[in-house]
This record gives sequence, C-alpha cells and structure tokens, in this order.
Amino acid sequence: MKQSLLDLQTQSREALGDAIEKDVIALDEYTIEVDATRWHEVALALRDTLGFEQLIDLCGVDYVAWKRTNWETLEAPNEGFSRGVFDFEEVVSELPLDMPRRFAVVMHLLSVQHNRRIRVRAFIEDTQQPEIDSVVDVWSAANWFEREAFDLFGIIFRGHPDLRRILTDYGFIGHPLRKDFPLTGHVEMRYDPEKARCVYEPVSIENRVNVPRVIRHEPVGEEG
Amino acid sequence: MAEIKNYTLNFGPQHPSAHGVLRLILELDGETVVRSDPHIGLLHRGTEKLAEYKPFNQSIGYMDRLDYVSMMCNEHGYVLAIEKLLGIEVPERAQYIRVMFDEITRILNHLLWVGAHALDIGAMTVFLYAFREREDLMDCYEAVSGARLHATYYRPGGVYRDLPDSMPKYKPSKWRSEKELKRLNETREGSLLDFLEAFTERFPGYLDEYETLLTDNRIWKQRTVDIGVVSPERALQLGFTGPMLRGSGIAWDLRKKQPYEVYDKLDFDIPVGKNGDSYDRYLVRMAEMRESNKIIKQCIKWLRENPGPVMAENHKVTPPSREAMKTNMEALIHHFKLFTEGYSVPEGEAYAAVEHPKGEFGIYLVSDGANKPYRLKIRAPGFAHLASLDEMCKGHMIADVVTIIGTQDIVFGEIDR
Repeated sequence: MKQSLLDLQTQSREALGDAIEKDVIALDEYTIEVDATRWHEVALALRDTLGFEQLIDLCGVDYVAWKRTNWETLEAPNEGFSRGVFDFEEVVSELPLDMPRRFAVVMHLLSVQHNRRIRVRAFIEDTQQPEIDSVVDVWSAANWFEREAFDLFGIIFRGHPDLRRILTDYGFIGHPLRKDFPLTGHVEMRYDPEKARCVYEPVSIENRVNVPRVIRHEPVGEEG
Repeated sequence: MAEIKNYTLNFGPQHPSAHGVLRLILELDGETVVRSDPHIGLLHRGTEKLAEYKPFNQSIGYMDRLDYVSMMCNEHGYVLAIEKLLGIEVPERAQYIRVMFDEITRILNHLLWVGAHALDIGAMTVFLYAFREREDLMDCYEAVSGARLHATYYRPGGVYRDLPDSMPKYKPSKWRSEKELKRLNETREGSLLDFLEAFTERFPGYLDEYETLLTDNRIWKQRTVDIGVVSPERALQLGFTGPMLRGSGIAWDLRKKQPYEVYDKLDFDIPVGKNGDSYDRYLVRMAEMRESNKIIKQCIKWLRENPGPVMAENHKVTPPSREAMKTNMEALIHHFKLFTEGYSVPEGEAYAAVEHPKGEFGIYLVSDGANKPYRLKIRAPGFAHLASLDEMCKGHMIADVVTIIGTQDIVFGEIDR
C-alpha cells in the first residue's frame, strides 16, 4: 500500500472527524463515505484543509439493482436460452424501489498541489425525494455535474442556482439512469407528415436481454 | 431617443462554428454578450445506460463514438479502468503501442482543432493543410485496425493485434497519373513503423508551415490575444484540465504527474502558457504536437527493437489464438465463453484517467461482480470546459463567442455522451 495514501487517510480522518462513516483504500484509490447531511461541510474541509482544489467529477449512482442477475448461474440451468428473453417490466416491478439508501452521490476530487485524488460518497436516506446539499459554491465546476445528476437520477441539490435538466430532451419525463427506467425509454419520436410536426408515441420496440447478466466468482486476474 | 433593450439570440444548434450541435441562447447588449446559456444534450445517446446492458468488451466501440476526433484515447481510459478492476498486466509492447497511438490521436485531434478553429476565425488555408496530415495518420489507424475512425483497437489486456508489416497502398486509377501514384505510395512500401517514421520526419516541417500562417499573423493575433482569459485560480475552480489548464499557466499533465503505461520512460516536455487567453492555448496545443511527435519517434525506436506479445495470456479475458482454437478444447471453451457471456469483473470500483487531447478523460467504473458494468460514468473534459462558457464569454463581443467555443476544443460526442 502506498505511503501517500496512508498519509491521506490519516489527514482526512483528522480533518473530517466523525463525518466519515467508512473509509477504504482499494486499488490505489482512497474512498470515504460521509454523512449526507454534512456533505457541504465535508466539501469545504476537503478543499480548504486538504487542498483538493479541483472537482473532477460528480455523479449519482443508483444501488437498487445491486447484485441482481438475470438468472442464477451457480447451478447448471436446466432450460435453454429462452429464459434470457422475457418481459423486462416484470423484473423492474420486482425491484424494491423504496429501498433506503438507494441513491448515492459520488465526487472525485483532485489536488493539483499535492498530486493526489480522493473519492467521496454519500448515501441519501430518502428515496422518494432524494436531496443533498449543492457544492456549487465550493467548486464552480459542480454546476453542470449536479444538473446532470439531477437530470439522470432525480437527485435534488439544495442551494443549486439553476437546477434544470441538461442532457435529456426538452419536456422529458423520468430519470433515465435509474435502474427502474427501461433501456428503450418510454416514448419515441417521429415526424408526422400529416400533422406536419414531430409527434411523441409510446415505444414500439420490445425490451429484451441479449446477454444475460450473471455474477461469477472465479478469479480472473493472474492465473485463470 | 429610442429605448435600447437587451435582446436574445439563438445560436445553433445547426451552425457551422458551433462544432456540432450546440444551442446557445445569447443575451446581448448591442454586440456585447451579457449572458450565454448553452443547451446541450442534442447528441445524447445514453452511452452510460447502454454500457450497463452490455458485457464489458462490447462497450469499447461506444467509447470511440464519444469524442469522435480522438477515438483511441477514449478507449484507453475505458480499458484502463477494466484492467484496474481485473488486476491484469499488459505486455510492455502493447503499452508502447498504446502510447504511440495515443500520441497519434493527439496529433489527429489537434490538427482538426487548429484547422477548424482557424477556419472559424477566418483563416481558410490551415484547414486544408491539416487535413492532408490527418489523412496519413488515419491511414495508420486503418492499417492497424481496419477502420479509419472508430478503431476499437484497445482491448482489456492489450491491443487487438500487432502492428502490420505492410501499409495499404493507393491503387492505380484513371484519375491518378503514374507519377502521382508513385509519389503517394513512396513511403508506403515498408511496414507501418516505416511509414510512421517518415511521417515524424516531415511533420515538424508541416508544423512550421502552420505556424508561419498563424503565429505571427496580425489578424490571428487580433482575434485570439486577450480573448477568453482564465486565471489559474478560476481554471482550477472550473474543473479545467489539459491544454485549457496549461494555457492558464498550471503545469499539470497526467502523463507526467500520474504516469500510466510507459510515459515515465519517455522523454518529453509539457508546454505551459502564461496569460490564459486563446492565443496561449493555441501555442500550447501547437507545442504539444511537437512533443507528441517526439514521443512517437521514441516509441517507434523501441517497438522496432522489442518484438513480443501484444495481448495478455489470460484467456478468461483475452481471446485465444485462432490456431489454438482448432486444436485445443480449452481454448475453444474460453473463446465461446468470452464471446457469449464475457468475463465477470470482481466487485469494486475504479477510476482511471488518461491525458486525453482535450484534458482529463476519466472512467468511473462500478462493478458488482457481474459480466456487465453496474455503473459507468464518463468524465468528459469538454463537459467541464463548456460549462464555463458563460463566464468566459461575459463582456466579449458576439464574434468572440466563436473564438471561445473554438479554443475550448468542443466535441459534442463526449459532452452529450
């Protein structure tokens, strides 16, 4: 384990104190999990005390389908591939959509002066209306990243100056990167020559799984 | 006297100098920009969502289509993230090939940038020259991967195949004279490395030509000096990376500061600007092309002397050879598993960043142990740069908006994802 990472760990623990719920060093990266209610305070401390003057990335993650697979693979299946093609809506409805701590916000910070990085994550307790403080006043770069997380995940950033959708279409409904949002979306658009304008219609293509999602535990790295 | 009011101008989304599908709502006071509001997402294809539904290897092709003028660098970020999670080693030769193609890509990107940027501001000629050189470099892409743009050449564990021994040649046709044909094929008789070496010999001369056209050009300077000035403090605040950050005087380059692959074994310099205006960023990018040329030369030398494998020998991740598949049952099974189900990546998360021609291109990959990514976040440098457009344009004339869009090196593939 690199000494610089251990130093960073000691310094962060000192600077942030009990705001850190959990911290991990893995794959040469240092990750801290912090209390979502103290998000803004943590951001300020990271910038001013630990010298992370740059926000490289901020994004949302939806953990509702964590470790969900399309079929069980630990035992040999006794049916054919037809099991891989099914109505996707069914699976979506099985997801526990009111799961607490479903959404997380993840920041990647970079310190140019110390040449180091840190990953900060906060799980948001509320799932129906996930809210967290905005860090736009800490790093200006957060502006669009937060708009993107709002657009794709529906996470509301308190205190954001201009929280509008950014990537999706004007008048779009839903948050596409949530796991319960189907890959095909809900509407499709085409030009209607009779009405002489673009019209939105429910999608006509079917959801299907080309390659089933499986989790295997055999080691891949080194000798396999 | 008539009352003068601010008025709003809609710029784009189909405008030649918008570099793609940028829609800008400009609030003007006379000719001065008061506020600009970029509307993006017109090229949003949901790459991150699509990647969640595909085995890891099938998304490499999507990476090419992010920043579609620096294809292989995008792939590089993605395969690095996968390799980090898998914990596999890449053969040294493959690392050199990747570095070489990263630098080819950097030249490709900067050539397009200098051409298009100059065209936007009114210098037509550079564009034509720049595309002549791009043609040669795209031939290298073609020789190595079969595709001129969307190469899908980098794979987790190495690169798809070793460098070819021959270059594609121009064929005789009634449109080309014998003499012309001979001239075109002159450097294509040998291997890819021979062709590239000849290119690196003549390229600095070409760069001098561009600089003759632009660097001391009075009009060019009037259009770029003191336009879109960003102080070093603001550049950090706004999340600038790459030439945008270096133009403001901060010597930060991932190839030097957090070296990946074999960049720590190569000799090159990092050009840094002084004033943080469009002219400095132009100079930084021109100097970067010279440095890239130097790196390519060093890679060619190493690659000539050190033959070897270009793909890791771990057949859970990399495909076995065709020959082995004909005789070896295990190889056949590996091949079948790899191309139907893919490989499962251990649970965890990784962030891998490369020094992309435009800045820091990062891939944040979260895996729950499945054969598909659980979450893939693409950190595109252009996204952070474009977000600062409002601040950079404030108080400038409407014609300078075009300069500022140009100097940011905007490509919509990566911004909209």
